[in-house]
Amino acid sequence: MTALAEPPVMHEAPPSGTIWRLAEDRSSFAGPTDDRAGGLPDHDLLEVALGPHHPSTHGVFRMDVVLDGEEVVRLKPVFGYLHRNHEKIAEKNSYLAAIPYTDRLDYICSMTNNWAYVMTVEKLTGFQPPERAEYIRVIVGELTRLFNHACLVGFLLQDMGALGTPLMYAFREREKILDLFESLSGARMMCNYMRFGGVRCDLPDGWIEEAKQVVAEFPRFLDEFEALLTGNEILLVRSQGIGVLSKELAVNAGVTGPMLRASGVGYDLRKVDKYSIYPRFNFRIPLGQHGDVFDRYMIRLLEMRESLSILKQALDTIPAGPIVDPKAKQRGLRPKAGEAYGRIEAPKGELGFYVVSDGSPNPYRFRIRPPSLINLTVLEDMCLGHTIADVVIILGSVDIVLGEVDR
Amino acid sequence: MLGSGIIKGMVETARNFFGSYVSRERLTTVQYPEQQLAPHENARTIPLLVYDGDMEHLRCTACGICEMECPAQCIYIVKDTVKKSDYLGRMQFQPRVFDIDISVCMACGICAEVCPFDSIMMDQVFALSTQNRFSGLLLHKEDLAKANGYFHAIHPSDAGDIDARRDEDKRKAEAKAKAAVAAKAAAAIKSSEASAKQVEVAA
Amino acid sequence: MNNLDQIFVYAKYWLLSQLPGGVQSLVSIVLDIIAIIAVFGTCFALTTILERKGLGRIQNRYGPNRVGPCGLLQPMADAIKMLTKEDIVPFAADKVVHYLAPLVLTVPIWLAFSVIPFGREMSAIDLDAGVLFFFAVGGASELAVFMAGWSSRNKYSLVGAMRAIAQMISYEVPLVLATIPVIMLSGSLNLNKIVEAQSGYAFGVAQWNVFTPWGFAGFFLFLIAATAESNRSPFDLPEGESEIIAGFLTEYSGFKYALFFLGEYLGLFAVTALSVTLFLGGWHAPLQVLEFLPSWFCFFVKFAAIIAVFIWVRGTVPRLRFDQLLNFSWRFLVPLTLVNLLVAVVWHFTSLGAGLDQSLRWLISAAMIVPAYVYFGRALSPNRPTRIYQYAE
Repeated sequence: MTALAEPPVMHEAPPSGTIWRLAEDRSSFAGPTDDRAGGLPDHDLLEVALGPHHPSTHGVFRMDVVLDGEEVVRLKPVFGYLHRNHEKIAEKNSYLAAIPYTDRLDYICSMTNNWAYVMTVEKLTGFQPPERAEYIRVIVGELTRLFNHACLVGFLLQDMGALGTPLMYAFREREKILDLFESLSGARMMCNYMRFGGVRCDLPDGWIEEAKQVVAEFPRFLDEFEALLTGNEILLVRSQGIGVLSKELAVNAGVTGPMLRASGVGYDLRKVDKYSIYPRFNFRIPLGQHGDVFDRYMIRLLEMRESLSILKQALDTIPAGPIVDPKAKQRGLRPKAGEAYGRIEAPKGELGFYVVSDGSPNPYRFRIRPPSLINLTVLEDMCLGHTIADVVIILGSVDIVLGEVDR
Repeated sequence: MLGSGIIKGMVETARNFFGSYVSRERLTTVQYPEQQLAPHENARTIPLLVYDGDMEHLRCTACGICEMECPAQCIYIVKDTVKKSDYLGRMQFQPRVFDIDISVCMACGICAEVCPFDSIMMDQVFALSTQNRFSGLLLHKEDLAKANGYFHAIHPSDAGDIDARRDEDKRKAEAKAKAAVAAKAAAAIKSSEASAKQVEVAA
Repeated sequence: MNNLDQIFVYAKYWLLSQLPGGVQSLVSIVLDIIAIIAVFGTCFALTTILERKGLGRIQNRYGPNRVGPCGLLQPMADAIKMLTKEDIVPFAADKVVHYLAPLVLTVPIWLAFSVIPFGREMSAIDLDAGVLFFFAVGGASELAVFMAGWSSRNKYSLVGAMRAIAQMISYEVPLVLATIPVIMLSGSLNLNKIVEAQSGYAFGVAQWNVFTPWGFAGFFLFLIAATAESNRSPFDLPEGESEIIAGFLTEYSGFKYALFFLGEYLGLFAVTALSVTLFLGGWHAPLQVLEFLPSWFCFFVKFAAIIAVFIWVRGTVPRLRFDQLLNFSWRFLVPLTLVNLLVAVVWHFTSLGAGLDQSLRWLISAAMIVPAYVYFGRALSPNRPTRIYQYAE
């Protein structure tokens, strides 16, 4: 596949079933704005608000669904319940003090959030993380991807009604990685680990060996998972052909991450941007063909195996040395006026930070491009025509964390 | 054939069912109140203030850097009006009020990171629930102050490094002070000698 | 040995003999009712705790183990919690129907136990139309579920109730069709007679219906339909908590909720007891050498084994979607039960003087049922090619 070398082809006009419906007036559902062929059926429809307190909305999130029988004819995602003013707080705080807040964006993957932010500030200031710090970042980033994907698959199956069994297996493995994170950074989830020009503290003694063992044991879990689920007929009929997201729509709507790759677009920032030291490692990008829920599930499983391969290489070749750029300054950082956009391939997609500095100790503008939110915009297009049970698993396959969606 | 995947899955769950009776690796649950895991050395929860000797000798100098850097703005410091001598014998202020609202604190550890006096450090206590969510979660100087020995117990290697550095500083300071005293004495002798000479000359 | 087998029967007769003749028949009925309620009430309590523990082990955790020794008093704690909870009735609810629904669900299900022989001489009523009676009272649960869903005035409840009705009606058909071969071949609707027809041993192994080709297929078809009929995973759509919160139970709390729970488990027990009776030889021991075991013991061991399978399945599979659920019933289970009916007929007539070899009979039966299984299975889920995933370098 050579498509990866350059960004995917952008299409001229959005395909039919436009994605702009979010901006519509949402005062009435059955309004005349519906442009779909035939419009809404004229018999009674059932309006159901799925959420904000609903077991399967993965947090506080609402989907106003119009049902014809059990079939979805319209769906409006309503979010903002978890808005915590992150961007404005970061504009008020110093550059350093914004790092712990990024932990709480996508609270499952704090390491990658830290990484994207410090990378942006490094672009702004020109700090150069030393070799060892880059290795540590790649290792913790890929560990994060591992357990994010494992949990996502668990949650997805939970939404399908598998009574928590896959989720518990995923959590069992996630614990091991969280233990690694705790011994490294002091906290299991809110790591607050990366610093401008490096990382906060060096690896504790024996950490590499523990990590190697976790990485060595992980494939067994993946095999178990696949034996339990991948061949399961119920999973196949539930997920194949459900929530199809076409290549064109995915590209036009700015969908990134495993969801985009499940639709068959080979776009992975680790390959496209070649940031950090990713070009040194051998890994492949799995691509789906159908863009349905099953593909999204499989892409995650396959990506976990690729992450394991990166981890193996990185853990074997990590050099000794300093962990922070000696020029780097953490407290009282005043980057010279300018702007920077840093992005990484977070487990959920392209996570970008846009920071504008005016030379003062706090950012003039601080903006996040959250993959969850942007991937969520295509929810209605994927859900129309499916039943309420499918809506739940389609939402589950998008992989959202409401902390990141609402910020 | 229909059903083969389900049967494969059922074999897998049966393996886990029986495995959980024999393999500790599968049944990872820790029965919390009875069994407790030792925290990792790096583990952090809320901040603490280290003192040497007694409570009157907090390392904190009420400089206010942590107050300024705290992302959640949960630290409140009021300087004392009198100065006390620190471990190097310098006269320093100490905090009269040092409050941390741990209902706001997010245990990020930035305060400990930026403290230039090795005073504020991260604790490992975690059973922090109280009956009163306002005053119960507002910790004062007395609640936060912990002996250096306690800090040694929870973060041995960090505490060792810090103590070694402080001892070194102290040794240097003492040496400097001694040198200063010696220089002074030498100067005094010199001057007395000189005056003696003058006396001689005068005589 | 015989004493142990009949201990409960003797105890009952001894008790009755102490009473004046006039009230004996009435007391006899009351004793039967008390026995059934006590035994299956205990079963309910035990099943809730063992199910949670079993699921816990499947999921690599302990399950409840805090209340009492090994957590065995957990059901008591649950009961106290349920009883002391506030009973919330929605403002807009149809209060009378809302109140009646859990009762309408629970009461008829107790009736279903009256015809089941739990041991030698141990059935409350020796009813000639036992199977018919069983399905008739079992049918009342649909009404209760719809009453609950409709009276709650909640969209989730309504969707859940609609699902429940469609599901229960669809699965009643294969459930009954799967029992028909048993009735045909034992020539009776009386459950005691059906058990009797499965007595006797060939080469030391019991001659249960499940050891015949039609019985084997019928047993599994029956179990699948029973899973759906009792709203168990993977057919737990009416309550599918990840989709419609708790379905028709959404607006129930406290004791009413507990009653629904009880009714659901009793339904499961009833249909499990029926499957034991119809296919697993009722209270007969599996091997001739085990015949010394009390009959009720044999019955409850089989009963527990089937419940364990239900729990095991629940811990493994995801839930089906609603249209797939109905398709599964109408396009797979119903045709297969019909084929199975034919198999039973062939089996019956090949034994009458045709002098066919036993293995040939099995072969013929298998030749009928296996292709049907494969064919209907294919039709249900059209052959999906194994997906190959490409990699970009």
